[in-house]
Amino acid sequence: MYLEKRYNDFRAKVRDFAEREIAPHAARIDKNCEYPRELLQRMGKEGYLGMVVPKEYGGSGFEFLEYIMTVEEFSRVCGSTGITVAAHNGLGCAPIARFGNEAQKKKYLPDVASGKKIASFGLTEPQAGSDSGNTQTFAVKADGGWKITGTKCWITNASLGEIFNLTARTDPNSKGPKGISAFIIERGWKGFSSGKKENKMGLRGSDTAFLHLDDVFCPQENLLGPEGDGFKQFMMTLDTGRIAIGGMALGLAQGALDVAARYAKERHAFGAPISSYQAIQWKLADMATQIEASRHLVYHAARMRDMGLPLVKEASMAKLFASEASNFVTYEAIQILGGSGYSGRFPVERMYRDMKLCEIGEGTSEIQRIVISREVLKGTEKLFGGIVTEKLS
Amino acid sequence: MDFELNEQQQLMRDSAREFAQKRLAFFAREWDETEEMPKSVLAEMAELGYFGMLLPEQYGGLGLDPLSYILALEEISKANAAVEITLSVHNSLACQAIVKYGTEEQKKKYLPRMAKGELIGAYSLSEPDAGTDAGGLKATAVKKGNTFIVNGTKNWVTNAGLAGIFVCFVKTRPDLGREGISALLVEKGAKGFAVGENEEKMGLKCSDTREIYFSDAEVPIGNLLGQEGQGLKIAFSLLNIGRVGVGAQALGIAEAAFEEALKYSKQRTAFGQPIANFQATQFKLADMSTKIEAARMLVYKAALLCENGGNSAADVSMAKVYASEMANWVTNEAVQIHGGYGYVKEYAVERYFRDARVTEIYEGTSEAQKIVISRSILKKG
Repeated sequence: MYLEKRYNDFRAKVRDFAEREIAPHAARIDKNCEYPRELLQRMGKEGYLGMVVPKEYGGSGFEFLEYIMTVEEFSRVCGSTGITVAAHNGLGCAPIARFGNEAQKKKYLPDVASGKKIASFGLTEPQAGSDSGNTQTFAVKADGGWKITGTKCWITNASLGEIFNLTARTDPNSKGPKGISAFIIERGWKGFSSGKKENKMGLRGSDTAFLHLDDVFCPQENLLGPEGDGFKQFMMTLDTGRIAIGGMALGLAQGALDVAARYAKERHAFGAPISSYQAIQWKLADMATQIEASRHLVYHAARMRDMGLPLVKEASMAKLFASEASNFVTYEAIQILGGSGYSGRFPVERMYRDMKLCEIGEGTSEIQRIVISREVLKGTEKLFGGIVTEKLS
Repeated sequence: MDFELNEQQQLMRDSAREFAQKRLAFFAREWDETEEMPKSVLAEMAELGYFGMLLPEQYGGLGLDPLSYILALEEISKANAAVEITLSVHNSLACQAIVKYGTEEQKKKYLPRMAKGELIGAYSLSEPDAGTDAGGLKATAVKKGNTFIVNGTKNWVTNAGLAGIFVCFVKTRPDLGREGISALLVEKGAKGFAVGENEEKMGLKCSDTREIYFSDAEVPIGNLLGQEGQGLKIAFSLLNIGRVGVGAQALGIAEAAFEEALKYSKQRTAFGQPIANFQATQFKLADMSTKIEAARMLVYKAALLCENGGNSAADVSMAKVYASEMANWVTNEAVQIHGGYGYVKEYAVERYFRDARVTEIYEGTSEAQKIVISRSILKKG
């Protein structure tokens, strides 16, 4: 896809870092089910942990598109790195930078942006996944703040993280999305704990676990944004988070295509490289086309974020399309590699397992379709100057 | 067309289902994690005759018709797909090799012990540089007195770590290319023969897959299977029932995933009601069920054709490619219905998704099946 030179230069720099610093460790990160802290420190030094934090708070102040390109490039070599970095930047740092007051920004952003502290967020609960407005975590007014009790699940960076933005119901009489507020919670507060790591299909190096809050006292100053705005803020965060999952899906797909194309040129069958057969050529063509289309959707949504435009539909479309495309591409990459694709000898086996999360996390594909269809159904009244509406009434 | 199973077929399906659900399903997750299939379960299956399903009774086998056999494999796969492939390779590829092409002496020597599961069989065609293009294999066997001296490396050998007997395809006349391939029965202890480490795979993790190595290995002349130069024909003819077996495996995995998804969709509530109440879920279930049924028809038909001897390779390939693509589609949807839970090992669909993936790869990739199918169509046209 056409991009201004500065973006291509930017990508080259990130790719160099990813291939040098991350790629050699990707298989081990997956196998050990552990994200190495020293790698996070190295990323912190390069500014990759404060990408969406303004420079004045110690961040790198990247454009949103640059942030997404970074998630893409990291995911191209290691999905676990992609999700770890996306959760920290997009879900951990971004809500504080976007909705926090001056005091909160000064207190938290420099530490998270430098990577001194890893951050994340908590929305999903065991009984509130796709239906996340059904939050059963409650915050009760206490002297000088709130007492919060509840359980959050599928929390990325749950054990590594020290700062968590999470939602709780502050109006006990409310149901659904209203009456939910957001809080900045620190590990180490009494009653806060994280559970044992989930045993996942893929992204095994990324740290996913429960968060338990048992009557955790949270001072009033850590309420994020106005009371009752939590759900709205988190939905806005998810809109941008979804673009990052799109970037991740895109990176995994690109990585799989790169491996498969290289393999197809090297691998011989019936006396010729398999890349000389049409069955393989068409697979590669379809894979590349799906990737290109994904990149357009994902980058377009990212640019809209940079312009401050409403992007609910575009973010959902980018995530939906890119994750399904990534499923197709990683699947075909395995097919091109045959038995080698199913074994741990080549990275496509890992990429396929990693990819599957993209269709689930931060809103399943089913949820994206609900979001998109809702947007499509809005504002059809004036269709064809009202002629169709007239016929229908 | 008769859609009824006969008495023996029903009996085999029901008894396999009962055994598999009782003895295999419960442990599937544990064995996936430990990447080991306990010897005791192999012994138990041997006792019940699962290692001699297709073998004639005179050699101690159950003498099943192909459809009964396929029904049993489907039920076993539904409980544990890794166990299924262990049995499928032994029965379809190793035992059948000797039944169909062995001399009376070879049959007497190996089959009774294979039927009892004392001797487990493996089949070895692929090589690191020859997969779909099996005719391009490089392993050689040169006659020296009463012995073949074998050299080369073969890979993706299912059961390699368990097997006592390997049906291996090697070039006895490299100068003749595909026509110079022969089948050899290689015993585990043969001098110069070695078995590698268990592969790390995405799924079927408790099944055994390894490379095998021949380094001036010595195999008696008497262990030539069939005629010299007949190897590739033997290899492909065995793959017929083998591929129907992979189709049955795919079918079993898909059925298991469908059942889990159906159960979950009734239990899981969102927006105040079970997700099975939502049309998006309902249509997914409808599509899953329809595709499973279509695959079942293709797989059973291919099995019946194997029995009547009238099987065409294209029928078998169609069953295999459709069932395996279907299984990947169905397990993908089953994971989607489970959401985050589908991505973790506490839920069986996570494993089904990984296990299903290989059905499009081994015993001929989908691409290899399409070569077979398209060739057959173009020949007729």
